Amino acid sequence: MATSSVSKGCFVFKPNFKKRKISVPIEDYFNKGKNASEDSKLRFETYQLIWQQMKSETERLQEELNKNLFDSLVEFLQTSHSGLWKNSKDWSCEIKLREIPTAALVLGVNVTDHDLTLRSLTEVLQNNVTPYVVSLQAKDCPDMKHFLQKLVSQLMDCKVDVQSKEKESVQVIQKNVHYSMDSLSAWYMSVTQKTDPKMPRKKRTSSSQWQSPPVVLILKDMESFTTKVLQDFIIISSQHLHEFPLILIFGIATSPVVIHRLLPHAVSSLLCIELFQSLSCKEHLTTVLDKLLLTTQFPFKLSEKVLQILTNIFLYHDFSIQNFIKGLQLSLLEHFYSQPLSVLCCNLPEAKRRIRFLSANQCENIRRLPSFRRYVEKQSSEKQVALLTSDKFLKEETQSLLENLHVYHKNYFLVLRCLHQFTSSLPKYPLGRQIRELYCMCLEKSIWDSEEYASVLQLLRLLAKDELMAMLQNCFKLFQSSSGKELGNTAKRIEEFLAQFQSLDETKEEEDTSQSQSKGLQKTDLYHLQKSLLEMKELRSTSKRQTKFEVLREQVVSFVDSLVREYLLPPDTQPLHETLYFSSAHTLRQHLNAAPRIALHTALNNPYYYLKNEALRSEEGCIPNVAPDICIAYKLHLECSRLINLVDWSEAFATVVTAAEKMDANSVTSEERNEIIHLQCSVY
Amino acid sequence: MTSTLELKADKMLKVQFVGDDDVLNHILDREGGPKIKKERAQLLVNTQKIIKKPENELEEDDQEVLKDHNYVEVLGQDVQESLKNGSATDGGNKVYPFQNRKHPEKMAKLASELAKTPRKSVSLNMKNDPKITIDIPQCSKGHSSSDKSQLKNNDKSEFLSTAPRGLRKRLIVPRSHSDSESEYSASNSEDDEGVAQEYEEDTNEDILSQKIQAQNREVSAPVFRETPSKKMKREKTSHLVEKYFEAHSSSKVLTSDRTLQKLKRAKLDQQTLHNLLSKVSPSFSAELKQLNQQHEQLFHKWMLQLHLGFNIVLYGLGSKRDLLERFRTTMLQDCIHIVINGFFPGISVKSVLNSVTEVLDHVGTFRSVLDQLEWITNKFKEVWDHAKQSLYNWLWYETTTYSHYTEETSYENSLLVKQSGSLPLSSLIHVLRSLTPNARGIFRLLIKYQLDNQDNPSYTGLCFQDFYQQCREAFLVNSDLTLRAQLTEFRDHKLIRTKKGTDGVEYLLIPVDNGILTDFLENEEEEL
Repeated sequence: MATSSVSKGCFVFKPNFKKRKISVPIEDYFNKGKNASEDSKLRFETYQLIWQQMKSETERLQEELNKNLFDSLVEFLQTSHSGLWKNSKDWSCEIKLREIPTAALVLGVNVTDHDLTLRSLTEVLQNNVTPYVVSLQAKDCPDMKHFLQKLVSQLMDCKVDVQSKEKESVQVIQKNVHYSMDSLSAWYMSVTQKTDPKMPRKKRTSSSQWQSPPVVLILKDMESFTTKVLQDFIIISSQHLHEFPLILIFGIATSPVVIHRLLPHAVSSLLCIELFQSLSCKEHLTTVLDKLLLTTQFPFKLSEKVLQILTNIFLYHDFSIQNFIKGLQLSLLEHFYSQPLSVLCCNLPEAKRRIRFLSANQCENIRRLPSFRRYVEKQSSEKQVALLTSDKFLKEETQSLLENLHVYHKNYFLVLRCLHQFTSSLPKYPLGRQIRELYCMCLEKSIWDSEEYASVLQLLRLLAKDELMAMLQNCFKLFQSSSGKELGNTAKRIEEFLAQFQSLDETKEEEDTSQSQSKGLQKTDLYHLQKSLLEMKELRSTSKRQTKFEVLREQVVSFVDSLVREYLLPPDTQPLHETLYFSSAHTLRQHLNAAPRIALHTALNNPYYYLKNEALRSEEGCIPNVAPDICIAYKLHLECSRLINLVDWSEAFATVVTAAEKMDANSVTSEERNEIIHLQCSVY
Repeated sequence: MTSTLELKADKMLKVQFVGDDDVLNHILDREGGPKIKKERAQLLVNTQKIIKKPENELEEDDQEVLKDHNYVEVLGQDVQESLKNGSATDGGNKVYPFQNRKHPEKMAKLASELAKTPRKSVSLNMKNDPKITIDIPQCSKGHSSSDKSQLKNNDKSEFLSTAPRGLRKRLIVPRSHSDSESEYSASNSEDDEGVAQEYEEDTNEDILSQKIQAQNREVSAPVFRETPSKKMKREKTSHLVEKYFEAHSSSKVLTSDRTLQKLKRAKLDQQTLHNLLSKVSPSFSAELKQLNQQHEQLFHKWMLQLHLGFNIVLYGLGSKRDLLERFRTTMLQDCIHIVINGFFPGISVKSVLNSVTEVLDHVGTFRSVLDQLEWITNKFKEVWDHAKQSLYNWLWYETTTYSHYTEETSYENSLLVKQSGSLPLSSLIHVLRSLTPNARGIFRLLIKYQLDNQDNPSYTGLCFQDFYQQCREAFLVNSDLTLRAQLTEFRDHKLIRTKKGTDGVEYLLIPVDNGILTDFLENEEEEL
């Protein structure tokens, strides 16, 4: 083998230079796979297009979500030092000058996303506040020396574009000499003075209106820094603050309390801390889902299980938006890779155009779709024949079906949001607090058959008027904003409901006054009092059933119910849904959330699972003695505690194997020995 | 408590399926039979009890746990759908059980059981079925102990019926004096020899062996009555928590005293081992080939995903080296790529980086596909933690191959194969022959001293002064200098090693296995 050697473990392979120029385009890999079939090129292009759109959309979302945070951060940074510098001569500011302005940035537990956030923060800061932005990680700074070393080297890199090459080389030499706050501030003075005249020329730094831009130091993972390093650095730099305008940004994953746990009062009093809270990752996920999946903007959809797996990985494993999006990308890729009809997964006009050019094979593919077959079965016999024989008719029908599917989605999401308005604030959240939970349920089955839905209706019937009106108002806004024609009617109806509630207010007031008048009880004897009280009670109970409000409320509930039943049909009832929905959840799970240990266990315990040989078939818990040696050895080793006696083990092994095949004893034992050793290597 | 238990036991007795074996036992031995049956029933009850507890906890812990349950369900939902992925078949509970302290005989027992489950396993299935159906609902609730005790049950019945005599003998003997469990296991090696031969005789089942079994049962039944009850007591009070502590109590671990030296089988050297192994034809080659072909069909997909910014991890049992090599040769010929053998003992970050830079120096236009080889270890999770994992876009592919880890382990030394690095017996004899009788005497002194001290774990070697004294007394040397000269010669032949102790005194040590030294001495004495 080319990659085995006694002397080295790394092998580099380079193709011939001539060969390399004919590198295979990626599309080729796309169509050479097992589904070497229709329209693969088109499919791949569509994949790339949609993925690009989704990616830019997520990036835009990210930016949008971070905007608030970054804006306030930038504002804080700009004010923190500029104010000080203006009247730095002022004695009253002397004390304040000792305090390092610090932004404590609570980023949440999704550590894996922090990098991205902090990177874009760095970019924003460099564009708006100061060119000197340095970010450090705890693992780079085990002690003060390394801390300063990293700081200095990164700081000098910040200014590389301004300085000439020679100076750089000089500084490289300096770098190696010593690192101290003194040298750092000296460097800072020299740089700011030198670059001052150049400043106006540079667009980037022109925004920093004060003469010496501050140095921003981002500590990415505040929690993992050693206390001593942090303390020392803060104390030292606070001494130098007047000549080295430092601003700290702490990236905190847990809670701001950690600052006080890490730093004693003497140190933390040197900091002027302001707290910033980033958006929680759950909210982030909700927005991403909202903008990527709960929209007609992208034709690609996830089935219930896939969505479930992705959200579960998010909620139970890492809280990482990036991983979620990566999972989304994988499902997109898988969808286009494995489903030939995914060509139709694009915007409607384009899809209609593509249908016209579908090959005969693809038409067959359509006919084979389960959802389409179900649809055909419902048609009249003539239409059935036409659908199954004439490609032209099929294409026309497909076009209309696809159009229906798009309309269905349009209505679906509107009604879903509407229903979410009603359910999201109910006590105990029978249909989930987040819209994604509701969405999952609606994807899975007809929601109105579920118990939860019934309880939702029950709860809705108990709502007070103002709550109900607020919900209706929200829904009204939802429907109004949409341009859907079919649901335009519903907006009107909601408006009517609202008006009726309004009018109810007035009539009720009248009723109230009339009731209060009649309520004035005259002095009577006990018997009459009881009698009149009873009458009133009856009156109240009957009137309760009859109030206009309750009638109206009932109407609203049944209206919502009818909406749900009409528009929230699960997607698998729709013909051609396979073209848009990615449903093979197990591939996704296999690739994203693999369980190597369980795979090992299965392979060792149940070899039949992989090697479909009848001799290996056995019931749970025991393996036949003809199984691969390693399986037997493993099975035997399970019977031991942490220490194992090799002799016992090999003897037991030999017993099993000799029983299986009467072989030359010597070779068996040697085999077994080898096997045992291999197992040792692999297991321990 | 006990009364209810017994009540339950009675109920269970009614449910219990009476297998052929039991009927046979009943006929052959009236006294032993019912007792055993009763115990078995109790054991069954016991498992139920254990299982019930976690269930109650479940209810108490309420929704959170239920949610977890849901989660597991969702993730495990597609078992039926996925034909290829083995990872879904078993729940985690079987993969991560607590390690019980087990008796060393357990393994032998299981071996005998496995040995006698050749193709007729179907009939065995029949026998075990009823018990299993009783247990299944609980199994699914997710508790490992049910399987465990199930296994125990099976063990016992099987053992009683048809375990090979030799092995059984071994099982019974230590039992009889296993009262002193606290110590390291009593020596039970005397009656081990010839186990295999006896066993062979035993395999042909006839009336005679059945008689022997009947006799044996009389011996074994009372023994077994003890142990299950003991176990039961323990299990009654214990559940997961205690199992945890049991698994982690690092106190005495029972090991048997059989050692490799006592096997009396000539150690093979690397070459003969290789030859022997090459003669053994791999089983299920057709199936393995098919498995490999399935994996190879994915090559194109891998390439696609690699190009789209994903990285790929292969996992599963068996060496993936051949597969990767094929992937490399078929798909990566036109790309620059690096192969890193993680199992290579001298691998370092530097060497990896070196090869990366080697690539980059020459290229500049085309980024290489970095094909990470990842060998499966138990420490996999430790190697890639969450944060690091997220830096790579890992896609997991299961590629179980059952291939041997031949190349990967080739750098490891085996205990059972002769070490070429150390001195084998033959070369020891050879070197010593070329020495003067005096020198041989000196060396023998050192050997004897070392062997006398072989049980002393803190033995560092023989101090030079003492050695000199001993040599003088044996009239082997007459001066300090002659001994030193002799020692230098030994050292040149790598027969001894010297170490400076903390007090500055030289200590002499023979870097050869004690077993070889014993053999050597025996050899010498024979010659004399």
